[in-house]
Amino acid sequence: MFKKTAIIFLAFIYFTTNLFAAEVDFKGKTVKWMVPFAVGGGSDKWARYYGPLLSQNLPGKPNVIIENCPGGGSITCTNQFAALPAGDGLTILGDSGSTKFPFLLEDPRVKYNYNDWLKTVVLVSPTGGSTYVSPSTGYKTTADFQKLKTVELKFGSQGATSLDLIPMIAYEILGLKVKHVFGMTGRGDGRLAFERGDANLDYQTSSAYLKVEETLVKEGKAIPMFSWGIVNPDGSISRDPTFPKLPHFAEYYEQVYKKKPSGPAFDAYKAFLGSGFSAQKMVFLPKGTSPEIVKVYRDAFTKIINSPEHKASDNDEIGKYLQISGNNSEAVLKNTINANPAAKAWLKKYLSDNYQVKF
Amino acid sequence: MIDALISSLSLIFSGPHFLYLLFGVAFGIVIGVLPALGGIAGFSILIPFIYGMDKVSALAMLIGMTAVIPTADTLSSVLMGIPGGSSSQATVVDGFPLTKKGQAARALSASYIASLVGGIFGALFLTAIVIIAKPLILFFGSAELFMLGILGISMVGVLSGSGMAKGILACGAGVLLSTMGTAPATGELRSTFGSFYLYDGIKIAIIGLSAFAIPEICDLLRSNAAIAQKEAGIGRGWFRGVLDVVEHKWLVLRSSVIGVIIGLLPGLGGSASNWISYGHAVQTAKDKSKFGKGDIRGVVGPEAANNANEGGGLIPTLLFGIPGSGSMAVFLGGLTLIGIQPGPNMVGKDLYLTYVCVWSLAIANVVATGAMFFISKPISRLATIPFGLMAPFMIMIIYFAAFQSTFTNNDLYTLIVLGGFCTLLKYFNWPRPAFIVGFVISDTIERYFYQTLQFNGWSFLHKPGVILLAIIILISIYFGNKKASDFQIRKKATQLKSIFSYNVQYIFLGLIYFYFLYVVIDSASLTYLGGIWPLAISASMFMFMTYIIFFNKRMLSDLIYINYSKNEGRDFLISFLWLALPIALSAVFGFLISMIVTFYAILKYKTRASFLKMNLIIIGCLSLLLGLAYSMNLSLPRGLLQSIIKLPWPFG
Repeated sequence: MFKKTAIIFLAFIYFTTNLFAAEVDFKGKTVKWMVPFAVGGGSDKWARYYGPLLSQNLPGKPNVIIENCPGGGSITCTNQFAALPAGDGLTILGDSGSTKFPFLLEDPRVKYNYNDWLKTVVLVSPTGGSTYVSPSTGYKTTADFQKLKTVELKFGSQGATSLDLIPMIAYEILGLKVKHVFGMTGRGDGRLAFERGDANLDYQTSSAYLKVEETLVKEGKAIPMFSWGIVNPDGSISRDPTFPKLPHFAEYYEQVYKKKPSGPAFDAYKAFLGSGFSAQKMVFLPKGTSPEIVKVYRDAFTKIINSPEHKASDNDEIGKYLQISGNNSEAVLKNTINANPAAKAWLKKYLSDNYQVKF
Repeated sequence: MIDALISSLSLIFSGPHFLYLLFGVAFGIVIGVLPALGGIAGFSILIPFIYGMDKVSALAMLIGMTAVIPTADTLSSVLMGIPGGSSSQATVVDGFPLTKKGQAARALSASYIASLVGGIFGALFLTAIVIIAKPLILFFGSAELFMLGILGISMVGVLSGSGMAKGILACGAGVLLSTMGTAPATGELRSTFGSFYLYDGIKIAIIGLSAFAIPEICDLLRSNAAIAQKEAGIGRGWFRGVLDVVEHKWLVLRSSVIGVIIGLLPGLGGSASNWISYGHAVQTAKDKSKFGKGDIRGVVGPEAANNANEGGGLIPTLLFGIPGSGSMAVFLGGLTLIGIQPGPNMVGKDLYLTYVCVWSLAIANVVATGAMFFISKPISRLATIPFGLMAPFMIMIIYFAAFQSTFTNNDLYTLIVLGGFCTLLKYFNWPRPAFIVGFVISDTIERYFYQTLQFNGWSFLHKPGVILLAIIILISIYFGNKKASDFQIRKKATQLKSIFSYNVQYIFLGLIYFYFLYVVIDSASLTYLGGIWPLAISASMFMFMTYIIFFNKRMLSDLIYINYSKNEGRDFLISFLWLALPIALSAVFGFLISMIVTFYAILKYKTRASFLKMNLIIIGCLSLLLGLAYSMNLSLPRGLLQSIIKLPWPFG
């Protein structure tokens, strides 16, 4: 009798512990979300938007804290994260376009490899942007494009290897004569320069562009040209859902040149558009994290994305973009980081020839 | 407009909004009183809690907090010589000497009243100007901002006093230190000594702590006396301070104008307004001889300016969504979290929210001034206790402040190296304000000079704003040079105290000389746009120094301070080692263990505290440290030990 009870008891213990072992539970734990940027920046706001929601949707409702570890243009902290062991799923990293660019441009300071995170990416947050020009250039509609090509355009840029690289490639492919004035400390600076009349060409990311549309475009002080577009998981470009009426870059090119854009420059545009905008911000677990834990995170983010609160939210960091979680995020990441070598070579040559960027 | 003003006022007093405002004020005072914690830290702690809060309550709380920081952070600037934040660095220059002279009460009350005037002025300005601010902000383009930078650097003249050569060299060193890191025009790395950490340059907060806090603590550790002279204590001049503001009412008003205008312009920041108004106070004074030694005008001017700055700074943030400072950037992040969209709507359909800010600003300033008077009296007695007992707390708080940049030991290494440099500046009688002004203004000049040349070409010189500012600069230089101030404590000493002191100073000069040379070589290898500014400055500094060293013996002897003796040097070295010790320990054992060891060591060797008292002090300090770290989700800097074994928080 005693033996029997003992066996049943042991079996019970065995099964229940196994059951709990298989089920990831973060009850009473703290998840640390590393943000390699300063407090108050775009990535920080984004993480602070998702943080409380993630806490609600992970099993056991762990405490989610945001830890900012700025420095080295986000490379330092991401290097540290890359060196972490697989662990228990209690540390995650949220990156941004400026974390991916140095990786794509093979910066020697980068010690992380995005290929390591293909299996552990759990969220992809896209954004977009649109460019506009001042009517003082004589440009009113697409028909004036040939005229625009003869005007010297001035554009306030944050730097040749910043996110403003994407407009730089786009203008280059279009054959516009643009003087990039570097040293802007944010896109807001660029807009001020445009409003003052110092610059006559500018772009804003989605949420800020909506404001430009409300004011400058309405008052006739800015003429919209095109949006960057969104790179799809299959590599094609489609219209930006935030500005569905605006043609995207490839459409615009086709309109003015009567042919589709192609070649290494366009490939470079697509690759950097992907990592800079269409898949700008991502959340990762450390490489080698067990598939069970990854699944728990992907499920949690999928639940958040599909929740009515999230859909109703007018948070401008998130915009109208489809947030990607689940297995799709893997495809997007793969697409983003595997720029073809000819495109990379073209871009490096372009940057070092024109802007003395050293590689 | 009037309707909106009144309805916003009644909105603040309805429901729980006012309580949130008071909470924000109380919290802001705590953050402000603790040196080094400023708006950025305050917002970072509050923002996670505002998620989902009512707009008006959240706004009142955030504004209440940020409005009072420049009032509250005066306390540590005046009382301990530690800049309470980057916007009260200039206050230290004259505020701390007043405390040493036993006039802490006067300095504090004058600064609170000046802050109140500045704060109210800022709120009034915000009310009046917000509707027409847009053309004003657009008027200041890169050309005008560049000229403002020149105005700032022209202050170096009055800030160096009679030691002009020293002033220029110190300013040059400040400029070059600020060019460290990524070049604004090209993104190239400049003079980083190959260090990854210096990629982002050196933060202004660390420069402020290095220039003022470290040298003062060195001094105090050496003398081991109370900060304020025993017999005088903190003085009873609470009412005298109020009279000081009345006496210098025009200076206070002019400084408030400087504060709001600099706040209004994105890209200059609170530190610039504090320093420019300080320079202005010196320039416009008839008798400049007391500046740097405890002149009340050096307190009321900058203090009015930094409070007024808050009102001005809200304008670009609310109207354009462009933050004028680091803390405004965080505030902007907070606004989006509660669903407020900055932009033209803030003077349109959301005007009431703007006026909620105005009222919160005004009410917070009034409440904070009252509260500061109330709490200052007990707190300022700290200045009268022996320094050995204060030292652990001050060292901890300074280091805690320093590692706010990256939360690693690297911040501490930078602090101690620059702190050592600045301590030598102090001992060899160099004007540290000139050094800081160079650091603060350098980026403005470089960035906007380059931008304006690209945008406007040389024709920027014909812009009306540029001409106007040029005239202001000439006037300010004229007034500044009417009678030079004297930041140097020049005693009549004709014979040299020891050969040793000369040799040490020659080595120090040599180090500066080689730093200039290093930057010349480093920037010569950069592209034209990336290297021209540091190259121009370092080359002229190098040539200037070469001229002094080899061709002008009289100027060279001016660079050497004769009142410095060998004993002083030894004492200085010992107290400096006391400051370096915790950093070395932190590199090996992590920050927390290092603090525990340092505290016991200092209390044991520098005081006669009983074992019980020692433990009480240490427990008090550590609970403050851990409480702050916990509420900010911080891990303290880790050492070698933590890289070998995993330790639980807060050790690991």
